[in-house]
Amino acid sequence: MAQMNIIQAVNSALHTMFERDETVVSFGEDAGFYGGVFRCTAGLQEKFGKHRSFDTPLAEGGIIGIAIGMGMNGLRPVAEIQFADYIFPGFDQITNELAKLRYRSGGEYSAPVTIRTPCGGGIKGGHYHSQSPEAYFTHTPGLKVVICSNPYDAKGLLISAIECNDPVIFFEPKRLYNGPFAGDHAAAMIKWDTHEKGEVPEDYYAIPLGQAEIVRAGNEVTILAYGTMVHVANAAVESSGIDGEVIDLRSLVPLDIDTIEESVKKTGRCVIVHEAPRTSGFGAELMSQVQERCFWHLEAPIQRVTGWDTPYPHSLEWDYFPSQARITEALRATLEE
Amino acid sequence: MMGEDGDTHMHVPVPPHREGGSEFPSPHDVPAGHHDKPAIDCNGAETRDLAYGLLRVLDDNDEAVGAWDPGLDPDTLRTALAHMVRIRAYDDRMMKMQRQGRLSFYMKCLGEEAVSVGAAMAMENRDIVIPSYRQQGLLFVRGCNLVDMICHCITNSADNVKGRQMPVHYSWKEGNFVSISSPVGTQFPQAVGAAMAFAARGDDSIACSWVGEGTSAQGDFHYGLNFASVYKAPCVLVIVNNQWAISTHRNLAHGGPSFAARGIPYDVASMRVDGQDILAVFAAHQWATARAREGHGPTLLEMYTYRGDSHSSSDDPTIYRPGDGYESFPLGDPVDRLKAHLCKLGEWDDERHEALEADCKAEIIAAYKEAETHGTLRDGPFPSLSTLFEDVYETEPWHLLEQRGQIGI
Repeated sequence: MAQMNIIQAVNSALHTMFERDETVVSFGEDAGFYGGVFRCTAGLQEKFGKHRSFDTPLAEGGIIGIAIGMGMNGLRPVAEIQFADYIFPGFDQITNELAKLRYRSGGEYSAPVTIRTPCGGGIKGGHYHSQSPEAYFTHTPGLKVVICSNPYDAKGLLISAIECNDPVIFFEPKRLYNGPFAGDHAAAMIKWDTHEKGEVPEDYYAIPLGQAEIVRAGNEVTILAYGTMVHVANAAVESSGIDGEVIDLRSLVPLDIDTIEESVKKTGRCVIVHEAPRTSGFGAELMSQVQERCFWHLEAPIQRVTGWDTPYPHSLEWDYFPSQARITEALRATLEE
Repeated sequence: MMGEDGDTHMHVPVPPHREGGSEFPSPHDVPAGHHDKPAIDCNGAETRDLAYGLLRVLDDNDEAVGAWDPGLDPDTLRTALAHMVRIRAYDDRMMKMQRQGRLSFYMKCLGEEAVSVGAAMAMENRDIVIPSYRQQGLLFVRGCNLVDMICHCITNSADNVKGRQMPVHYSWKEGNFVSISSPVGTQFPQAVGAAMAFAARGDDSIACSWVGEGTSAQGDFHYGLNFASVYKAPCVLVIVNNQWAISTHRNLAHGGPSFAARGIPYDVASMRVDGQDILAVFAAHQWATARAREGHGPTLLEMYTYRGDSHSSSDDPTIYRPGDGYESFPLGDPVDRLKAHLCKLGEWDDERHEALEADCKAEIIAAYKEAETHGTLRDGPFPSLSTLFEDVYETEPWHLLEQRGQIGI
């Protein structure tokens, strides 16, 4: 085991898979020689050659397009989109092409492409460096959508994503790269070396896609979260003294519905938390699933705590970013019913 | 299945300096004054030599030569120099403030000052500009208030874009300067559309837009060129070839020798310009602007320049490019070259230059102090909480009213 942050864990997953499978390749803007603007691909080009880890022109549509072509023709590409906010020029290639290749070819063709991309806010990035666009992709049949919340999961989930024969959008919450973050921007920065999930095996291991993790067991209310919000929600539960059960979904598609259903049937209450805007956010899907499956067990309406239905702001970031206080308020509201 | 590096057939370009070559291949060996001036209504193919060559006016003796010499008077030249010196003072101060934690982010345009100043001086203020990063010179020439610019960068209570963007994403409607977008290249087809709107409305104003050479790989770049050609849109499209897109060397943006040459197959008049020579930049824009205004269609300009500093306050260029880059750039520095030209004309000297630099520095320091009276990054005040929900739509639908109610505003 080694101490790693998420950047190092992602890097370790890539090195591990480059060693194990010579068809794995990695590319993106600044992702070759420089090793990525967040340095997640550092050392790959030096160690494995520039035919396996290389820089690309600045063209996300082109990056995804070549990934599809490589994927359908014997390689296992890991494409980096520098910020999730920049994924949209590749949207047609992802949603019309990559997602549907297996289906539209009657199962003849498929492309085992992983698209890694840093997402989310908390870094004073304004609306072009802070978005959480996961719902666009969960709404597209054919894509798997994964989002990690700690170094251990980042490596294990990324390895599964790369090994997966379906395309996977792999979101890396950039606010968590260097340490867990519970939503208090004024608090001292915490590093992953103080967190048990900062212990990461240097060798191969995989965390299956579609398995949520119960981060904190509890009986009063179920909290569904992913990415950075896992830490904010967990802190809200700890500080409020409410006996909440915090579930880190880890994979949005496929969704670990059994863990969710079991928990909500036990607690009878559910609060959903995400950074992305509320309307048509992934919380809407979670709310529907819980309502359909657990209606007769619910003691109170399901609550959502999300980003507002506005673009992500810069100077008022902390009034947008779902806070512990807002989560606690929702927990209290659901318990008062 | 896959061979070692040496066995693979896959070609991946690397910057020449990493393989022992020079960082700067050769358009600069075209002498100043070499190119003729084509007719203003020429077709794209007739600009082929300019697209592969290099438009230069200032020669190695600091004299203005050839058909493209715009013949600017000394007062105008001094104005151009003052703009560039002022921008440089602004950039230095702003990056220093970023390093002190008083700005969240910053980007300098060191080495590229002539690109924006020359363009803005050749246009009229009614011409709409949709810039990339590093074109802050447009704001200086068009007279944007310095304090306002700084307030935007601090994102304080007086920020005209209401703290919604990272620093340097200026927007200034009064100066016909459109809000800057981080996703690269989106502005090119937008500029073409803005130009088409002028034409459709019978207005002879033009549109001008800038992208980096790295952005010429984006689809939007090509959409823009093609639409501009099809509709003969009155626009000037500029590729700022500053050699680097963060760590991505220009040879990863395309496989050919000239970015300007990309306009030729679209039948767009195209030329490559010495971006360190403000007389050449001005002359190229003056020609392209007149061409567009008179209804002869678009022009693509490649400004051959160098990004003299980091991409932004967030990256360290010493990791990916040679440390002596800018000093070794064969086309030199735009401020030095214009200064030398003015000195040669007997219209400027070191003493006046030093006084200008000192004045600019003092002005910027005072403006920064004044800007901070409207709020600091650390303590605010910032735009009001209400602004969080404003401008999403023209009027707020019920769900936004409900959401603002949840935080009591």
